[in-house]
Amino acid sequence: MAWFSKKQPRISRPEEDEARPSRMQGLWVKCEECSEIIYRPEIEKNLNVCPNCGHHMPWPARARLAAVLDPDSFEELDRELEPQDPLGFMDSKRYRDRLKATRKNLDEADAFISGLGRIEGTQVSVGCFLFEFMGGSMGSVVGEKVTRVFERARERNLPAIIFSASGGARMQEGIFSLMQMAKTSAAIARFREVRKPYISVLLHPTTGGVAASFSWLGDVILAEPKALIGFAGPRVIEQTIRQKLPEGFQRSEFLLDHGMIDAIVPRKELRQKLGQLLGLLA
Amino acid sequence: MAIATTYALDFERPLIELERKIDELKALSQSGASDFTAEIARLEKKAKRLQSEIFSDLSRWQVVQLSRHPARPYFLDYVQHLFTDFFELEGDRRFAADAAIVGGFARFDGEPVLVIGHQKGRSTKENMQRNFGMPRPEGYRKAQRLMKLAERFRRPIFTFVDTPGAYPGLGAEERGQAEAIAVCLETMSGLTVPVITTVVGEGGSGGALAIGVGNRVLMLENSVYSVISPEGCASILWRDGSRADKAADAMKLTARDLHGFKIIDEVIPEPPGGAHRDPAKMAESVGKSLRKHLSQLKQLSPEALVDDRYRKFRAMGVFLDNA
Repeated sequence: MAWFSKKQPRISRPEEDEARPSRMQGLWVKCEECSEIIYRPEIEKNLNVCPNCGHHMPWPARARLAAVLDPDSFEELDRELEPQDPLGFMDSKRYRDRLKATRKNLDEADAFISGLGRIEGTQVSVGCFLFEFMGGSMGSVVGEKVTRVFERARERNLPAIIFSASGGARMQEGIFSLMQMAKTSAAIARFREVRKPYISVLLHPTTGGVAASFSWLGDVILAEPKALIGFAGPRVIEQTIRQKLPEGFQRSEFLLDHGMIDAIVPRKELRQKLGQLLGLLA
Repeated sequence: MAIATTYALDFERPLIELERKIDELKALSQSGASDFTAEIARLEKKAKRLQSEIFSDLSRWQVVQLSRHPARPYFLDYVQHLFTDFFELEGDRRFAADAAIVGGFARFDGEPVLVIGHQKGRSTKENMQRNFGMPRPEGYRKAQRLMKLAERFRRPIFTFVDTPGAYPGLGAEERGQAEAIAVCLETMSGLTVPVITTVVGEGGSGGALAIGVGNRVLMLENSVYSVISPEGCASILWRDGSRADKAADAMKLTARDLHGFKIIDEVIPEPPGGAHRDPAKMAESVGKSLRKHLSQLKQLSPEALVDDRYRKFRAMGVFLDNA
């Protein structure tokens, strides 16, 4: 006879990483910077900037485009593009399954949305990374969409704006991801003919193959405050030089100091500053 | 191209030991001690068999090791073999000389051309100077400058890729490593002269691609080209850099893989046992390929060259378009 008549109830396990709701989905949000607990609607009203310390939290791409572009002016294009798995890549999970899970979770096909919109009446060809989709990594779909942003701008004689937030090229698509760097940069070379500005807005974080291609080719390069921007990630650099990196290294303010970007623009001023630049250059 | 090193990879060792034995017997025969002709012939046959056994079925990780072989011919070895009248230009006009990328004008079959390549060092001292072939922003800015110069004088450009990657250092970041690479990519895509890229060893990520936007991209049989090093890939995916062999398989980074993906135009076969076993013959094959592709590209007008290159890279990528 069994010693215990009652079986232990099954311990519920936390769901897999990709399915776990992010902190942003709760009603209260804790600011990473100042630890202030803030009511979510209040933060959203404030464009995901901490009302207490001004820390710029991640801002979902669709919310960003809706707020930066003229109301209801965004027309999304290239929605039909879907990623494939040309290498049959597998790590702890098949890339194919990872894509499927992420897509189900976020209701987005890949890490970039793009189309046409207006800023203070000026039409622009625009695109924005979804960092939450596999770290905003660039595979074939992202590369193709970025390329089309510039092709569209060239055909229609429009300025181009790209908001970047990406860990770099997507490992799971191997060499195809690497080649997107050349493809997108070549598209920019062609776009330059039309003499319209390309404004690149660097968000936290922008590194690797995205930083080292179209993101750093802006006629004007803006960055949000304290965004991490660079070629190699801080961990890789620390391992290489075997010492801790100085405070603020690779942050927007550091890049501005070194002449590597043109201005730091707080989120609240982004729309107005973009409008001003377009007025001056487009 | 005498490359003095006795270094041998694990899987090369049985072959190299056998060859050493053959050499010893030959020396003994010559000294007249006794006649080993039959034995030598037998061992030579065995060596040949062993070589084809080892090299007919290399794993991707073995190819990675060959691509990094310390005795593998480097860029300047090819310059010495294939070009004459080489004049190195070292200045980036911005900050510093970077010996990890070497560039200069030279003659190819008598015709003036620009050659640019990553350069690794043979000795520890030279590797310090050349930073193991890992360029800083200055190297890329020098490359940009030289390529614009070549364009102005209508000189075809040959680039040779062989780098673990762009250097991930403090100063490199401060001086805009990402920007330097990005501008290289844009500059190359707009060049109105023929550009032929040959990956001769390691094609390490953006630092390799920065001088790799050619009308033609060729790879030596045992060279590799990837978005991240196998070690880097393994340490991200499995938090364990020692599983690089697995990562190499997952990324499919050999010349043959890339040719299958239509990313590169040609795989240049290596001499039996790899490029380092016969650098002169290797250079000869490279020269033959360069000659062939250059003569094809010379048929194109400046505009057609830009178009040709654009179309080539524009077509890269695999995705589903449901439109």
